[in-house]
Amino acid sequence: MEIFGISTSALMGQLLLGLVNGSFYAMLSLGLAVIFGLLNVINFAHGALYMMGAFFAWMGLQYFGINYWVMLLLAPLLVGVFGIIIEKTMLQWLYRLDHLYGLLLTFGITLMLEGIFRSFYGVSGQPYTVPALLAGSTDLGFMNLPNYRAWVVLASIIVCLATWFVIEKTRLGAYLRAGTENPKMVEAFGVNVPLMVTLTYGFGVALAGFAGVLAAPVLQVSPLMGSNLIIVVFAVVVIGGMGSILGSILTGLGLGIIEGFTKVFYPELSSTVVFIIMAIVLLIRPAGLFGREK
Amino acid sequence: MTLALEISELQAWYGESHILHDVNLSVAEGEVVTLLGRNGAGRTTTLRAIMGLTGRREGSIKINGQETVALPTHRIAHLGVGYCPEERAIFSSLSAEENLMLPPTLKAGGMSVDEIYDMFPNLAERRHSQGTRLSGGEQQMLAVARILRTGAKLLLLDEISEGLAPVIVQALAKMILMLKKQGYTIVMVEQNFRFAAPLADRFYVMEHGQIVEQFAAPELASKMNVLNELLGV
Repeated sequence: MEIFGISTSALMGQLLLGLVNGSFYAMLSLGLAVIFGLLNVINFAHGALYMMGAFFAWMGLQYFGINYWVMLLLAPLLVGVFGIIIEKTMLQWLYRLDHLYGLLLTFGITLMLEGIFRSFYGVSGQPYTVPALLAGSTDLGFMNLPNYRAWVVLASIIVCLATWFVIEKTRLGAYLRAGTENPKMVEAFGVNVPLMVTLTYGFGVALAGFAGVLAAPVLQVSPLMGSNLIIVVFAVVVIGGMGSILGSILTGLGLGIIEGFTKVFYPELSSTVVFIIMAIVLLIRPAGLFGREK
Repeated sequence: MTLALEISELQAWYGESHILHDVNLSVAEGEVVTLLGRNGAGRTTTLRAIMGLTGRREGSIKINGQETVALPTHRIAHLGVGYCPEERAIFSSLSAEENLMLPPTLKAGGMSVDEIYDMFPNLAERRHSQGTRLSGGEQQMLAVARILRTGAKLLLLDEISEGLAPVIVQALAKMILMLKKQGYTIVMVEQNFRFAAPLADRFYVMEHGQIVEQFAAPELASKMNVLNELLGV
């Protein structure tokens, strides 16, 4: 069967590819949104921390024989702890300054991390095999669904929805939302806001680490894998609205799908379509699709 | 007499600006004290300094006998202090009820949600509305109500009557009298002298970041000339 002269299986294949990319966009932009919301920091190091998550997974298997499933929990924890160290030693001194300082610091951290990994592992990328449980594909009749890719989409949707639920529907989330608006007042109520800020940064970057582990079997584990993605992720955040949790998730998945379909219908545009959408959104709704005007 | 709050030689800064100069005041447990003064006299800064919300602070602030100048804001709150800021600080991303439930319990003995809704029926009706969609009066009630839930016994209330309709101001005055009966210690910053006069046990007058006058409620009539001069009331 064909739609607009393109076979259904090719379309579905691109839809899945778009969803996989969208899953990474959603998880990374969600972490960025959470961090920006509470810390007011544009965390440029997010891509590098995503790369670290993937490398930790690869190193765990390569050097210690730790399997994918253990590293899926352990790598985000390690990245989260690394993030906490960054926040406690460097970022916390910049909160009162303009956003630009946080951006420059995290950009510097990105260059350092990428440089360190590049000097040890080069840029060619390390292969990471798909875990045995998720190897192979499932025949759906109209397409072959690679099991691992389906898992990536499912895992990211679960993580994103869980994060959204915690932020929007729980008391802890109420502290986070209120802290985003007026951290001093929340502290005056007796909430340890500095600790909350530190843990939020740790959690935000742990999400990047989790995305990195998910990405390891799909992409080559390379020091530059974060840089390749982060610019698109920033565009996703701008389109969704800075600091908007639901906006990040929906925009991430939606743009992944749009990008996937563009590859089918007009491949030349596929690498720029996100930025064209960003320009249009900025013109029509500068605060983003889900953002609030300040 | 047990002191709930004792401030000695307090100095406070916002960045390079030196705002408070040797402020001395004390508030006994169960007392209602009003800080009077013109705009910019340092009354709000005094409340903010008690909460650790200014920049640098020097001197001494003791809450129930415990020194707090070196404590972070959240630890000061846990000594049983509830702060209601002048701008109300209602959170727009939370519903009225979420705003009410936001502050953690600081001490046992706070008001229950039912008691609060009995006291402020408007809040019960609008519990699901976005916090900042409430009217000015309702937001003010919410701002005060949410600290009553926490069990805080020392309340710092900054201009709670400001910009409100007379009927709401009367309701707030009734609430202060009721809290006073229940043994709450209250420090109010008020521009509205007529609101504060019948409520307070003692008054401090501030000017240029210093206490320039203090007197008890019975002396009020005899101090009116001084107040006229200092406040233009």
